[in-house]
Amino acid sequence: MDLVYLSFILILSVFLGFELIGKVPATLHTPLMSGANAISGITLVGALVGAGGQGSTLTIVLGTMAVVFATINVVGGYLVTDRMLAMFKKRDKVK
Amino acid sequence: MSTNLLINLSYTVAAVLFILGLKFLGSPATARRGNTLSALGMLLAVVVTLLDQAIIDYRWILLGIVIGGVIGTLAARLVAMTAMPEMVALFNGFGGLASLLVGWVALAQPRLDSFLLLTIFLSILIGGVTFTGSLVAWGKLSEKLPGRPILFRGQRPANAGLLLANIACGALFVLYPEQHFWLFLAVVLSATLGVMTVIPIGGADMPVIISLLNSYSGLAACAAGFAINNNILIVAGSLVGASGIILTNIMCKAMNRTLGNVLFSGFGAAGGATGKIEGEVTALTTEDAYYVLEAAQSVVVIPGYGMAVAQAQHVVKELQLLLEKNGCEVVYAIHPVAGRMPGHMNVLLAEADVPYDLLLEMDEVNPRMETFDVAIVIGANDVVNPAARETPGSPIYGMPIINADYARTVFVLKRSMASGFAGLDNPLFYRKNTRMIFGDAKETLGRLVRELST
Repeated sequence: MDLVYLSFILILSVFLGFELIGKVPATLHTPLMSGANAISGITLVGALVGAGGQGSTLTIVLGTMAVVFATINVVGGYLVTDRMLAMFKKRDKVK
Repeated sequence: MSTNLLINLSYTVAAVLFILGLKFLGSPATARRGNTLSALGMLLAVVVTLLDQAIIDYRWILLGIVIGGVIGTLAARLVAMTAMPEMVALFNGFGGLASLLVGWVALAQPRLDSFLLLTIFLSILIGGVTFTGSLVAWGKLSEKLPGRPILFRGQRPANAGLLLANIACGALFVLYPEQHFWLFLAVVLSATLGVMTVIPIGGADMPVIISLLNSYSGLAACAAGFAINNNILIVAGSLVGASGIILTNIMCKAMNRTLGNVLFSGFGAAGGATGKIEGEVTALTTEDAYYVLEAAQSVVVIPGYGMAVAQAQHVVKELQLLLEKNGCEVVYAIHPVAGRMPGHMNVLLAEADVPYDLLLEMDEVNPRMETFDVAIVIGANDVVNPAARETPGSPIYGMPIINADYARTVFVLKRSMASGFAGLDNPLFYRKNTRMIFGDAKETLGRLVRELST
């Protein structure tokens, strides 16, 4: 894949990110942050190829470590966000 | 070829799920669904990547996912809501470390051109800064490290030198990729830079630095995406990077400071002259406070970090119910930087079952502040400091605050007369309409609840 194409994706995504997040109310700032944080664990996808690839011992060790840390980030991030969001209730739903 | 097509089509679907997920996070009613969608996108991206022909051995992957999954699940289930800021910081740091490692692994690719090397260097640099920076933030938030800014002589030149060293190291790394020395130096320098960036940040500025590190973790993933030629990493990483930057910006605006000022000034260490404060402190017993509250028609609660420390959110909610039963209106006024991370107070009050539509933002509550009979300030200090409005010499002058002093009566629940994290004296405590109720916020509120319920 060439550089221009990847940069194109990058720039559009950044603008999209600005548009999406600009409207989040202050109440949701923490879940937004931890939810976004979980998304940044996408680096797991890159780690998989390192851990399972045809590399040297070093790349497999590094890749496996990356899988561990990225998985903590992803699993922990989504679960903790869900736990927080489950607590947010509107007035009429609270007894 | 068809596998590759399947992988890339699935990545597109995953990207759409991330985007929809973030969009749904924009409203409390849909936020939970949004998070689930985003998690599904992640699952899809991971599962489909396993089909990649470059992967020949699944044992290590399985091992890594099981270990990481167990740790992540336990951490997310067991953490107390009050410990949420440090948990988020820690997860964030792990994401950064993973990106650093992915960058390192990418060095083993057969064809490395300068651009690829540059992106590998960037994923190591940003990943390393995110990792150690988040660890220091975690230490500060969990009070394993002192929360005050750590400053020393010549800090700015030292940091500038470190930054230059990083850039020089990056250039040498790209020029001489076969010499591993530059790789190791890059790892060490980026780790040092992360530590040095966060140690001068004081407790009250943590919301800014947490949002900034959140942004970095996205940018690190993005750089790793360039390093391994993977578009889903670039899309997801830049979405996170952008969202973190917006949050950082919101936090800075809420303190009327620039990002550079937060990062480099070591705010609060110097203190500073606030001018002479006139008037005297009037203390109040809980019995007297009870009589005032019993007669009140409307009450606004202004929580701060002290409420989190005292774990007083549940008893605040009890007080709210009793006051409401008494025919009194109760709302909460939340300053954007109250607490240690963006939205900290909202999460704590949500934990105590306070409906989110009672939590008002600063701009909603200030215009009607005069109409409240009582403003109860619980463990907040700088965000209600009138010096920000009135004293041009004050370091926080110009910062938007919640105008608690405009309420008819102000109760300030406070342990002692010690100043806030910014190290400033607060003229609010000396106002004629202010009553100080000294003691642990949780105990004080507990006593008020007992009096009101009899």
